[in-house]
Amino acid sequence: MSSRGNPLSGAAAIAGIGATEFSKDSGRSELHLACEAVLAAIADAGLTPSDVDGMVTFTADTNAEIHVARNTGMGELTFFSRIPHGGGAACGTIQQAAMAVATGAAEVVVCYRAFNERSGVRYGLGQAGRPLETGADSAAYAWLNPFGLSTPAQWVAMFARRYMHEYGATSEDFGRVAVVDRRHAANNPAAWFYQRPITLEDHQASRWIAEPLHLLDCCQETDGGQALVVVSAERARDLPHPPAVILGAAQGTGDDQHMMTSYYRPVITGIPEMGLVGRQLYTQSGLRPGDVDAAILYDHFTPLVLPQLEELGFCGVGEARDFVADGNLEIGGRLPLNTHGGQLGEAYLHGMNGIAEAVRLVRGTSVNQPAGGEGKGPDGRGVNNVIVTAGTGVPTSGLLLGRDM
Amino acid sequence: MSGPNHGSNHSGDYEERLAAFVGVEVVPPKPGQDPVNVPMIRHWVEAMGDQNPIYLDAEAARATGRDGIVAPASMVQAWTMRGYAATAAGPAPVNPGRGPGMAELIALLDEGGYTSVVATDSEFEFHRELVVGDHVSAREVVESISPEKTTALGVGRFVTTMRTYTDAGGEVVAVQRWRTLRFRPKPKTEPQPEAAQEPEPKAPRPRPAINRDNEFWFAAARDHRLVIQRCASCQVLRHPPGPCCAHCGSFDWDTVEASGRGHVYSFVVNHHPRHPAFEYPLIVAVVELAEGTRLITNLVGVTPEEVEIGMPVVLDWLDADPDLSLPVFRLREGSN
Repeated sequence: MSSRGNPLSGAAAIAGIGATEFSKDSGRSELHLACEAVLAAIADAGLTPSDVDGMVTFTADTNAEIHVARNTGMGELTFFSRIPHGGGAACGTIQQAAMAVATGAAEVVVCYRAFNERSGVRYGLGQAGRPLETGADSAAYAWLNPFGLSTPAQWVAMFARRYMHEYGATSEDFGRVAVVDRRHAANNPAAWFYQRPITLEDHQASRWIAEPLHLLDCCQETDGGQALVVVSAERARDLPHPPAVILGAAQGTGDDQHMMTSYYRPVITGIPEMGLVGRQLYTQSGLRPGDVDAAILYDHFTPLVLPQLEELGFCGVGEARDFVADGNLEIGGRLPLNTHGGQLGEAYLHGMNGIAEAVRLVRGTSVNQPAGGEGKGPDGRGVNNVIVTAGTGVPTSGLLLGRDM
Repeated sequence: MSGPNHGSNHSGDYEERLAAFVGVEVVPPKPGQDPVNVPMIRHWVEAMGDQNPIYLDAEAARATGRDGIVAPASMVQAWTMRGYAATAAGPAPVNPGRGPGMAELIALLDEGGYTSVVATDSEFEFHRELVVGDHVSAREVVESISPEKTTALGVGRFVTTMRTYTDAGGEVVAVQRWRTLRFRPKPKTEPQPEAAQEPEPKAPRPRPAINRDNEFWFAAARDHRLVIQRCASCQVLRHPPGPCCAHCGSFDWDTVEASGRGHVYSFVVNHHPRHPAFEYPLIVAVVELAEGTRLITNLVGVTPEEVEIGMPVVLDWLDADPDLSLPVFRLREGSN
């Protein structure tokens, strides 16, 4: 334990309360109720929606954070969390918010729960014969599915086409990411595509999945598991391996965030939620993009690797294709990328395998270990700082891991 | 608003004659042949396999706080049915001296070629439970008659009526929204000369999840109107719609009808995987409307090679199936 005492105690307070009327038939959607209650509580606290940067609710709630946020005009969120297990969550939502405030993850956190439990789905009637789900998450698909836009590759392709149009990027520019990933995977015995590199010609010749995406723009699908153990840095120093210190850890959802289909923003060629994550990582750690020695960037589909490089400050907006073509992502380059082979080359484990690779890079044990930074690790090989990102197109997160200095 | 695929071959006069039925009581209040009685309840619950004891066992009914046995709620229609012989004989002119009735409406639909019928929806709202001795009457008012729709069964119109069920004292015991499709059956053997523009989809399109926040949009689409939600307070347009304005916090909103003009903001050409409802390659686009909002849609009448970002497009309608009409877009002619 820290000698500073309990950091949570006294750190946070409840500043506002708000509710709708309590009835047997509200006559409006659950999302409508959530928005009303949330706005009432914000007003009671003397704040405005744009002050809010964190939200906590129940996993059982049908009103996802992004729906409430975009409807009430909250803009960007840096903290969102859910507590499972029905009514047992109630006090837990307040605890979660207090921790976020104490640690600086968010400044204003709204806890909420809203439902039509009487006129809609009544718990008292039991679970048999549930009606068609009509919560905001399901309704969001109403704008996609009837038109045949229903897979992640298709959702990403819509962004990719616009990115090509605005910045002159080509399918080859996306393909170079796949080629780098597969080259790294070819050296990795743990990778599915071990010893099976591809060329840009292979990429171009692979069949269409959703134009402009070829098959080789798409990651694999994988059975597997990945786990990581996190302890205090102090404790980690006494363990066998060199610590991979968490220098930064952040979440982000952008303004007008949708699930994989944020097509309604003024500009859709960037990943503003990833920019938001990156800015937090750099602020928390005091590092700058120039201090980062390697990157594990989420690569479910190649096109969205390019705007990640831009959002994280490794190159200018629209310049990622040149940054990639110039060889910066190779092992000997400025920013070695996905040294395990990424999700295109090693495995698709929702990014968790990439965090493990970042730990190996810091320890100096990657199969594609680049030269270390100026300060060498214990074995003389570890890199100083690695950035890791999570899924793109969705509310996301990131890490900056570094050597114990 | 109707696209070229769906133009009706009826004159405006026919449309007016149909429209004249909206709001008309086509079946005046008419008591059922028998009051609510135990033998009919018994036959009904046996046929339905309904084991609930409150319909036949007074003791069990009283244990639930009722005064005695009650009739199953959904039997309400059964109390007012005309019986086999009258039904088989077809609709009688039921509105003598009171203007056109159901028989006249059906005759007018027959005149339009809509000679077949299939029931599509029945929504009940029950106001009180019926007990033995209640004598139920029903009257029926036309709520709407849809524009001509292309369905898997054939070209037709959805006729929606409201049936109001009352007891002997005139108190409303139930209301029923009743929708049928009156359609022109497709020829079984010969191909249709004019209605073969697009191949019949192999499966229904994936259903949208309809809720209170988006149902207005899909309802308007069924009438071939592309609407955009507008904040009634600050006038900002928003899509996809939601209950609350992100700019001013108002929950008040109305809609504006889109001009139907826009341009391609981005697009995708789907190849794999294939859903049985669609023809591939399938073009899905984000179209930016002249009004400034964007929506996801399909492009029709154009090949993938012809599509470009920025291309001007214009609204058309796809009647995917009886319940689902979707806005689609085609190249705006004369724009190149």
